[in-house]
Amino acid sequence: MFKHLLVLAITTIFVENVVLVRFLGICPFLGVSKNTGTAVGMGMAVTFVITISSVMTWLVSNYVLDPLGLEYLRTLSFILIIAGLVQLVEMFTQKSIPSLYNALGIYLPLITTNCVVLGVALLNVQNDHTFEEALVYGISSGLSFTLAIFLFAGVREKLEASDVPQFLKGFPIALITAGLIAIAFLGFAGLQL
Amino acid sequence: MKKIDILRSGLFKENPTFVQLLGMCPTLATTSSVKNGLGMGLSVTAVLMCANLAISAIRKLVPDKIRIAAYVIVIAGFVTIVDLLLKAFLPELSKSLGIFIPLIVVNCVIFARAESFASKNKVTDSIVDGLAMGLGVTGALVIIASFREIIGNGTWFGLSLFGSSYQPAIMAVLPPGGFIIFGLILGGINLIRLRGKADV
Repeated sequence: MFKHLLVLAITTIFVENVVLVRFLGICPFLGVSKNTGTAVGMGMAVTFVITISSVMTWLVSNYVLDPLGLEYLRTLSFILIIAGLVQLVEMFTQKSIPSLYNALGIYLPLITTNCVVLGVALLNVQNDHTFEEALVYGISSGLSFTLAIFLFAGVREKLEASDVPQFLKGFPIALITAGLIAIAFLGFAGLQL
Repeated sequence: MKKIDILRSGLFKENPTFVQLLGMCPTLATTSSVKNGLGMGLSVTAVLMCANLAISAIRKLVPDKIRIAAYVIVIAGFVTIVDLLLKAFLPELSKSLGIFIPLIVVNCVIFARAESFASKNKVTDSIVDGLAMGLGVTGALVIIASFREIIGNGTWFGLSLFGSSYQPAIMAVLPPGGFIIFGLILGGINLIRLRGKADV
């Protein structure tokens, strides 16, 4: 059991990286990666929310929607859970862990529209994950996002100072850079797990 | 506002994908083949038109404070309808687009149009805007997908182009190719724009 969960975690973080292989969460990946500090802050906030939301959506899906035959309300109820959860996390951290709130503050509201969160919730249902698998999948997807955005921000900091042809400046070169990092991640596809 | 201007701005001047750079996840994930790109683009168009219609119709009833929550529910409702229709009538396409159909809910293009257009304009204008922006997305996805499918698979819309001697560069249909080809297309558009400025 433990080994199985470990394999799931490693697969999610490296082999099927949520950003670079599955194309989830590209907007914050490109938007909030100008420096490594903010990138890690965003990554942590996302990991925090995904972990809680994948557990909550799993419970709602398996104990409320499925028994009542309301599967068609899945997308709607998941997005409402996530939006509510983000709001709740924001209020909770503001009251009881102000230091964390100040560190994450500006990123929290952005997470509602981060497709990693909804994507992971839907994939949990689609792949028939058990409760433990859903929990591990949530945490490791968050870490997977954090790893990708951290690596990308590191390269982008260097890119600021480099001489890029005028027509590739900004977004185009950022995308090409992301592509090169994604090539590196293809190497993990050969892992025998 | 003239309908033709709304159409033109959605297709070219304010193209959601190439100019506003909104909704990047489906842009990269569903363009590995022209068929998928077209399917995704038309699904987004359908949701955009319906959501714009509904949001424009209720724009005077919804209090300002809860408008975002109201938009989410309206959009999620239409996305579910599209999802179920695809599952019923085009099961193959539905399978290959996978979770990116339900993920249209969090596509920023739809939010952006709801907030910046449908909540301020007449119903008919809003429908035209939804159509224009949707076709803008569809066109962009088909262009990106054409490059990727031709280079990476030697086919266009499933039709073989170069015969059996062609060795496709599989990288183009893999995830890294998505990033790199989209980056190069944006660079190409910039290049044309810079040339245009230099001439004038």
